[in-house]
Amino acid sequence: MSMIVAERLTKQFPGESRMAVAQVSFQVEPGELVVLLGPSGCGKTTLLKLVNRLYEPSAGTLLIEGVDVRSMPATALRRRIGYAIQQTGLFPHLRIEQNIAVVPRLLGWERQRIEARIDELLDLVGLPRSYRRRYPRQLSGGEQQRIGLARALAADPAIMLMDEPFGALDALTRTRLQDELLAIQRQLRKTILFVTHDVEEALRLADRIIVMREGRIVQFDTPLNLLTRPHDAFVRQLTGADDLLRHLSLMTVAMALTPGTPPASIANLPPLAPQDDLRTALVRLLATKAEGLPVGSNGQAQGWLSLAVLRQMLGEI
Amino acid sequence: MRYLIANWPYVGELFLEHLWLTLSALLIATAIALPVGVILSRVAWLRTPVLGILGIIYTIPSLSLLVLLIPFLRLGYRPALVTLIAYAQLVLVRSVVVGINGIEPAIIEAAKGMGMNSWQRLLRVELPLALPVMIAGLRVATLSTIAIATVAAFVNAGGLGTLLFDGVRSSNSEKIIAGAISVSLLAVAANILFRRAEIWATRSRGPT
Ligand SMILES: Nc1ncnc2c1ncn2[C@@H]1O[C@H](COP(=O)(O)OP(=O)(O)O)[C@@H](O)[C@H]1O
Ligand SMILES: [Mg+2]
Repeated sequence: MSMIVAERLTKQFPGESRMAVAQVSFQVEPGELVVLLGPSGCGKTTLLKLVNRLYEPSAGTLLIEGVDVRSMPATALRRRIGYAIQQTGLFPHLRIEQNIAVVPRLLGWERQRIEARIDELLDLVGLPRSYRRRYPRQLSGGEQQRIGLARALAADPAIMLMDEPFGALDALTRTRLQDELLAIQRQLRKTILFVTHDVEEALRLADRIIVMREGRIVQFDTPLNLLTRPHDAFVRQLTGADDLLRHLSLMTVAMALTPGTPPASIANLPPLAPQDDLRTALVRLLATKAEGLPVGSNGQAQGWLSLAVLRQMLGEI
Repeated sequence: MRYLIANWPYVGELFLEHLWLTLSALLIATAIALPVGVILSRVAWLRTPVLGILGIIYTIPSLSLLVLLIPFLRLGYRPALVTLIAYAQLVLVRSVVVGINGIEPAIIEAAKGMGMNSWQRLLRVELPLALPVMIAGLRVATLSTIAIATVAAFVNAGGLGTLLFDGVRSSNSEKIIAGAISVSLLAVAANILFRRAEIWATRSRGPT
C-alpha cells in the first residue's frame, strides 16, 4: 500500500484569488525519499503542511497508509509524522536532550526508553552525547539542524516532512548534512517528503522528484528522467539540462543500472560501485571504450552500466 | 531622620501595611492579567478593544479613581485594592500578550507540528519563553503599584502614604522625609529583586 496518497488536494487561502495548491494528486511509496522542487512561492510548503494538517485542505483528500488524515485528531497525526524546518524551531529554553524528547514525552514513553533514545539519536546524527545538557544557542547552525533532524526522528515516525532543512547552511555544511541524511535514510528507510528549491540538492537526495509550478505538479519522476525527459520547457530550464555534465556528477550509477548479469565481454573489467557518480562512470566508460562496465560491490555484480543506455538517455536531450 | 529613628515601630507597621497592600494587589492583578493576556494572544480581534479599555483606565488619575470608588466600596483597604488592581492591568496584560506574540513563529510552528495541543504549547513553550517579558512587566507594575499605594492613604487605606499626608497637613517635614525614604527603599528593593529575576529567566537558556 502506498504510504501517502493525495487526491486532487487543493488549498486556497482565504482572500486569495489563486490556489496555493491546486488539485494535486500523487502517491508516495514506503521508504521513498521524494523531493518537492520548484521556485519560491509555488506551493511546496503549503503542500507539506497539508500532510500534517498544519493547514486544512480546501478540497481533496490525503490518505496515510490508506487512512484519511481527517479521521484522526491532528495532534495524534502529527506525533506520528516527523517535522523538520529550516529555522529549526528548536525550543531555546530547553536543553538538547529535552528538545529531542518532546514527542516521546507527548506519547508517554517511559523515562528509561527516552533516555536511551536520546543517546541513540545523538549517535545517529553524529553529535557527541555530551551535547545533551547544552542549550540550542550553544550549537552551530549545522549542529542545530542535526538536532532538528534528531528531534523529528525521535519517536521513530514512518513519515518525515522536511521543509528546506539545509537551506540556511553554508555550502560545505549543507553537502555534509545531505550525505548524512542519505546515510541515515539507507539505514532507516523512512518515507520522506523533502522540500527544496535547490536543484542540486533535489538531484542528490531524491528517489523521485515532484516538480511544482504555481500550485500544480508539472512532473513527478526520477532525477535521471527529469534531466533526460523533461516534460516541458519549464522543467528543462529549472533542472538546467544544459548543465548535464555537472548534474550527472550528482547522481549515482545505481540510478542508471541495468540489472542482471553483465555481458561476458565486459565481465572482467574493473567494476563500478553503485555509489559512484555518473559523471565519473561516463568518463571511465569512454576511456575503456567498452560497451559497458560491471557494477558491483565486494566482487558481487549487481548489474551493469550500459554505454548505449546512457547514450540514449543523454541523446534525448 | 530623627522622626524615623524615634518612631520606627510605627513606621515599620505602616511599611508592612504598604507592602501587604502592594503584594495582595499584584497577586490578584496577575491572576487576572495572565488568563486575559493569554486569551488576547490567541484571539486577535479582542486585542485592540480590551487593551484600549485598559488604557483608558490607566489614564484616569489615581486620586479620582479612588474617590470615585468610595460610594461603592467605602473608605479603607478595599477601594485602594481595586484601584491598584485596575491600574496594573494594562502593563501586565500587555506584557503577557507581547511576551507570547513575540515568540519566533518557527518555534510555535514546530510546537504545533510535533503534536502539542493548545495547553501543552502554552505551558511548555509559550509561557516559559514569554517569562522574561512578563517579569519585566511585573517589575514596572510593581513600581507603579508601590507609588500609587502611597496615594491610597487618602482614603484611609493606611500604608506609608499616611506619613506623607499627615506630614503635609501638619507641616511636619520630618514625617514627610520619613515616608519618602521608606517608600523609596521599598521601590528600590523591589526593582533590584525583579531585575535579578529577569536576568535569571533569560539566563536559564544557557550562557551565550
Ligand atoms: N498563510 C498563508 N496565507 C495566505 N497565503 C499564503 C499563506 N501561506 C502561503 N501563502 C501563499 O501561497 C503560495 C504558496 O506559498 P508556499 O507554499 O509558502 O510556497 P513555497 O514553499 O513553494 O515557497 C504563495 O503565493 C504564498 O504567498
Ligand atoms: Mg517554502
